[in-house]
Amino acid sequence: MTLASATRRPATRTPDAGGRRRPVDHGAWFLVLPALIPILVLSVGPLLYGIALAFTDAQSGRTAPTQWIGALNFQDLLHDTLFWDSFRIGLLWAVGVTVPQFLLDLGLALLLDQDLRLRPLARALAIIPWAMPEVVVGIMWRLVYNPDAGILNETLRDLGLGDGHDWLSGLGTALPAVIVVGVWAGMPQTTVALLAGLQNTPRELHEAAAMDGAGAWRRFLTVTWPALRPIALAITALNFIWNFNSFALVYVLTNGGPGGRTRLPMLFAYEEAFRYGQFGYAAAMGCVMVAVISVLLAVFLVGRIRGGDES
Amino acid sequence: MRTSTGARAGQYVALLAYLVFLAFPFLWLISTAFKSPRELGTLHPTWIPRHPTLANFRQAFDEQPLLHAALNSLLAALGAALIAVVIATPMAWVMARRRTLLARAATGWVVVSQAFPFVLVIIPLFLVLKNLRLIDSLAGLVLVYVVWSLPFALWMLVGYVRAVPVELEEAAAVDGAGKLRTLVSVTAPLLAPGIVATALFAFVTAWNEFFFALVLLKTPEKQTLPVVLTHFIGAEGVADLGPLAAAAFLATLPSLVVFALIQRRITGGMLTGAVKS
Repeated sequence: MTLASATRRPATRTPDAGGRRRPVDHGAWFLVLPALIPILVLSVGPLLYGIALAFTDAQSGRTAPTQWIGALNFQDLLHDTLFWDSFRIGLLWAVGVTVPQFLLDLGLALLLDQDLRLRPLARALAIIPWAMPEVVVGIMWRLVYNPDAGILNETLRDLGLGDGHDWLSGLGTALPAVIVVGVWAGMPQTTVALLAGLQNTPRELHEAAAMDGAGAWRRFLTVTWPALRPIALAITALNFIWNFNSFALVYVLTNGGPGGRTRLPMLFAYEEAFRYGQFGYAAAMGCVMVAVISVLLAVFLVGRIRGGDES
Repeated sequence: MRTSTGARAGQYVALLAYLVFLAFPFLWLISTAFKSPRELGTLHPTWIPRHPTLANFRQAFDEQPLLHAALNSLLAALGAALIAVVIATPMAWVMARRRTLLARAATGWVVVSQAFPFVLVIIPLFLVLKNLRLIDSLAGLVLVYVVWSLPFALWMLVGYVRAVPVELEEAAAVDGAGKLRTLVSVTAPLLAPGIVATALFAFVTAWNEFFFALVLLKTPEKQTLPVVLTHFIGAEGVADLGPLAAAAFLATLPSLVVFALIQRRITGGMLTGAVKS
């Protein structure tokens, strides 16, 4: 967001880029190089290499040379029902986490924007999940969900709501249970971004609308939401991608169990690559994941932006 | 603006519900860490341990090489944070002040890398590091962490650079200072708080990271804290709850302390980012 606009600054304020154009800016190259080399070697390079790998039969620890096999991996993948099951679970997880997360965080951001007494405490607490290692978040919630020593079942027993469940091992409860953890873990980033957006909405507009007799809900729809919309769209899209690529939380909570009910595509690809050594095949999975997610996001964003223009 | 008493009360109830939801898992972790094995074995667990004990902490250190793992994590995180800010600061300056193709490409990379598919990157990364003989080594992990923390570091730093008035740099240039000289003696001192915040953020990111460490480090003596923590959970998914909770609690403390220090700057940084969007 920031960076995109950073490049569009008026030229007059940059000392020698303005006015006449210089052929090559050696100074800039010199300053950029230390960061550029690692980025090329360890980020851009591997990404291209990964796409190329998807078209080979690369395997770990093999002595025979790797061969190009065209789209064979993708043809196999098309008929791999286990992968598509995992993909479906990944989509369920990503939507299941992103949507409630957005609604909850919008509520929290609106509250934190008010002049409430507990605000400093709430702000500090809202940041905690961000600071914690994902592995610890997973461990923590395992303790909460523990059938005997966990607080969740104990609370349910106290409230007379039955004997509780083995949440993370139950076929029906495992995915909802990990989704709750996903929502909890991702709360800070979204809340902070939305809060920043809220504090940006012009106060005067709010007050003017209130004076015209607009209720809280109308004020939200007519003043707050239009100002918040771009940030809301950006953070939702990012959350969706981050959640779809999530690994550590579910690895610690269930490791994909029970019976593959929480096996996110990342866990699936990880096992394919580093347990079974099928590098080429796993890379093909990565390509498919990226392609499908990009298309879904493009459809979502174009739809939202169009919708915004009409209203 | 006035809010009715009823609405105010409703707001407090809602805020309280959020606080409970956010805080209770962490409080339960602390509670479990101080319970004796016998208490953990009985039904009807309580919030306050009946017989608080430090036995879990002792047992955690006996069971897994926690100190050694913490040292590995510290080295990896410190190395990554220092290298990241040293190489990111000049680049952020170029991105904030220039409109060259290079600056634009870098900006594009920062945006795209937010959506980076780890699956697609990890296998080639594994092979590249293997060829460089940097697999299963902390040095290799540090390199990966540097690149991995660069997008956010650049994003934060570009914001801080733009907060430094360009006129100051122009004045230095008029006085005959070169580009590097200007950057080192005019811009960097003004950026110092921002650079520290960025370094601390990169430190926490690396300290908490799990996926790359899991894939790239195989020798137990080289593994970082998050990877060692997962060893408390057995192959069957059964875990010794007390020591697990104790170790997890300790591993979180450094992140919480650092985050408490930079919390304002990070939320502030996101604020300025949003203002400019």
